[in-house]
Amino acid sequence: MDLSYTNEQNLIRDSVQRFARDSYPFDARRRLGETSEGFSRGTWKTFAELGWLGVALPEAYGGSGGSAVDVMILMEAFGRALVVEPYFTAAVLGGTALLLGGSEAQKRSLLPRLAAGELLPTLAFAEPQSRFDLGDVQTTARQDGAGFVIDGAKSVVFHAVSADIVIVPARTSGERRDEHGISLFLVEGDAAGLTRRDYPTVDGHRASELKFENVRVGGDALLGARDAALPLIETVVDHGTSAVCAEAVGIMAALYEATLEHLKTREQFGQPIGRFQVLQHRMVDIFAMCEQARSMALMAALTVGGPDPTARRKAVSAAKNYIGRAGRFVSQQAVQLHGAMGMTDELIIGHYFKRLTMIDTLFGNADHHLERFGRL
Amino acid sequence: MDLTFNRDEQAFRGEVRRFVAERLPADVKHKVENGLRLEKDDYLRWQKALYEKGWAAPGWPVEHGGPGWTPVQGYIFEQECALGDAPAVMPFGLNMVGPVIIEFGSEAQKARFLPRILSSEDWWCQGYSEPGAGSDLASLKMSAVRAGDHYAVNGAKTWTTLAQYADMIFCLVRTSASGKKQEGISFLLIDMKSPGVTVRPIVTFDGGQEINEVFFEDVEVPAENLVGEEGKGWTYAKFLLGHERVGIAQVARSKRQVERLKKIAAAEFKDGRPLADDPNFRAKISTVEIDLLALEHMELRILSDETAGQAPGPESSLLKIRGTEIQQEITELLVEAVGYYAAPYQPAFLRDGANDEPVGPGYAPALAPTYFNWRKASIYGGSNEIQKNIIAKAVLGL
Ligand SMILES: Cc1cc2nc3c(=O)[nH]c(=O)nc-3n(C[C@H](O)[C@H](O)[C@H](O)COP(=O)(O)OP(=O)(O)OC[C@H]3O[C@@H](n4cnc5c(N)ncnc54)[C@H](O)[C@@H]3O)c2cc1C
Repeated sequence: MDLSYTNEQNLIRDSVQRFARDSYPFDARRRLGETSEGFSRGTWKTFAELGWLGVALPEAYGGSGGSAVDVMILMEAFGRALVVEPYFTAAVLGGTALLLGGSEAQKRSLLPRLAAGELLPTLAFAEPQSRFDLGDVQTTARQDGAGFVIDGAKSVVFHAVSADIVIVPARTSGERRDEHGISLFLVEGDAAGLTRRDYPTVDGHRASELKFENVRVGGDALLGARDAALPLIETVVDHGTSAVCAEAVGIMAALYEATLEHLKTREQFGQPIGRFQVLQHRMVDIFAMCEQARSMALMAALTVGGPDPTARRKAVSAAKNYIGRAGRFVSQQAVQLHGAMGMTDELIIGHYFKRLTMIDTLFGNADHHLERFGRL
Repeated sequence: MDLTFNRDEQAFRGEVRRFVAERLPADVKHKVENGLRLEKDDYLRWQKALYEKGWAAPGWPVEHGGPGWTPVQGYIFEQECALGDAPAVMPFGLNMVGPVIIEFGSEAQKARFLPRILSSEDWWCQGYSEPGAGSDLASLKMSAVRAGDHYAVNGAKTWTTLAQYADMIFCLVRTSASGKKQEGISFLLIDMKSPGVTVRPIVTFDGGQEINEVFFEDVEVPAENLVGEEGKGWTYAKFLLGHERVGIAQVARSKRQVERLKKIAAAEFKDGRPLADDPNFRAKISTVEIDLLALEHMELRILSDETAGQAPGPESSLLKIRGTEIQQEITELLVEAVGYYAAPYQPAFLRDGANDEPVGPGYAPALAPTYFNWRKASIYGGSNEIQKNIIAKAVLGL
């Protein structure tokens, strides 16, 4: 057993931490919120140049051959900096789906462009009625000659406004909640018949409602096996979940540090409020949760890429459940211990709070993963 | 002992219920029911309807325009207003400065301010907290120096709720720097239109604009605006705190929110079935309902003591703690209930001014902002940590 980073991983960590500290000021992020895409294309280019977009892709496809642990290192720093660039949608969800589901031809044509920052994919994993059930798919894809015609709706598709490719689960056979009969399709972001309603999310990202009306795609748009895409979707979403767990850990660590600093510097009743024992104990609880959350994110990252699907599901759901609960406690207490200051939009505390809240929902909340863990 | 209300009380309940149903403007009801943001005018229209009926100030003595209700009637009134989705009364004039003026003010102050509070002609705000004085309120610094027939006021208040609407602010100010901190504090009424007063908005992280900084630069305040005696402000503020806790449990409002939660859970789906049928989620709703019953019956016991002539003691801090914890829990469950549709940020739909349909179900847009915003409830009005300190000391004797 060895839980220390490799030399390469240490290098990545140093560079992403430096980036988060020096090149991603909070007010710049705030200004990005007012743009239509909600993120900076320049920063995206930088991510590509630093090798981050392809960090978990094989070298043969323009990547650097890393693993989910490298993704974890990046996501943790992105959490701390509250990065709004579509890393987890494009690089993690998109990259993993293309890598695990793509034909050799698809991988060769798409992955190097993704790694170079020239192709932005997103995954449309939810429908208005589906909640967190990945197999609840009503969108249909009907065979039409060599190609398919897609009809239906997808909800809260992150960063679809910027996506060159939307990866769309659609039903090629079976009934709404059947496990069998789902296929994945690569749909161009500007395909005829695809309409979007774009909006900002409460945590400063971008998402869209998508409508598919007679959207025609070729036979080569199929990603992975026809009718049998659900296991692939689940694996991809587990990778995404592992990544956002790491993001949450970065946020919690930042909240922990900021709150600790506040307890040491804010004075009331003639002393730092950190002298009050009830706040000391609260702070220790926060600390303990941050440490365990970090351990859980590491466990998930080390397991998610492995060969055993049950081990993968268990590790990811355990981590997501724990981090959902811990994130809620840590974010609520960070605001509470900051007093009214914690309620302001000016401080970063509330923005961390919002992102942690949304991460709990993303890919299934704590309850969802508790149930999934229990079923395994 | 009897848990039910008597015939008169039940008739009174019916009267209030009918009044709310008839006089509460439909658009205001809609906003309250759906957790949308209220404008100044929304509060005022309801407050004026109450005023016309003679019900504006349930807690005030009859001679100053109170309705002369028993504590039980006051309780029923609060309940019915909440169950009928009336906006919460802005407490600053009616429940805070009003009772202080009635108890400690001069005859001139009573004649000048009370009728305008009653009729909502003046909107008041509360100037206690300062950047350096939050939980430790007695360390406040804003100074008022007597100069002939006025005070020269300098300093800043912060976190002032709805100061942007206010005509008047009641402030705790420092009139003396010597002796015990508490003894140098006075209670001063200040016209917000006085030269030298500026208001700077503070945006909260849910995107709301309800708190402000208020700056005072060489503001001249007539000496006749001092309430009671110089140096007694702390005593008056503590008297007021007792009033602040009345109704703070907000049981009826939380009940309405639980009803709303149940409706939403019935409309949402989980694994192809209504979320309301999910055993886990149902258990969460039931738990909060049971907590609410525990709170309600604690409140009824305090009410019963009050009816028997006992003033509410520091136990009522429990109402604040449990009341706010339950409110916060419900806002969390509401966010949980809508799943991904908590994510879209649609400020236009928080104001009820939008013409088109929101993204996702119509009940969704306000849920996440309300959860964020409601974190304030365990901070303001004396944080829940401070309330526990009070109970530990004053009730438990620790
Ligand atoms: C939305 C909102 C509206 C408000 N409206 C008004 C208003 O209209 N007028 C007004 O005057 N004020 C208002 N306030 C201010 C409010 O009264 C203060 O925020 C509150 O008193 C806490 O003070 P603080 O924010 O400075 O926190 P601090 O006092 O700095 O406290 C920070 C943290 O330390 C804890 N703490 C402090 N002392 C102790 C102790 N001895 N033991 C244990 N824990 C302790 C607190 O509980 C808190 O968690 C409002 C606040 C909010 C959030």
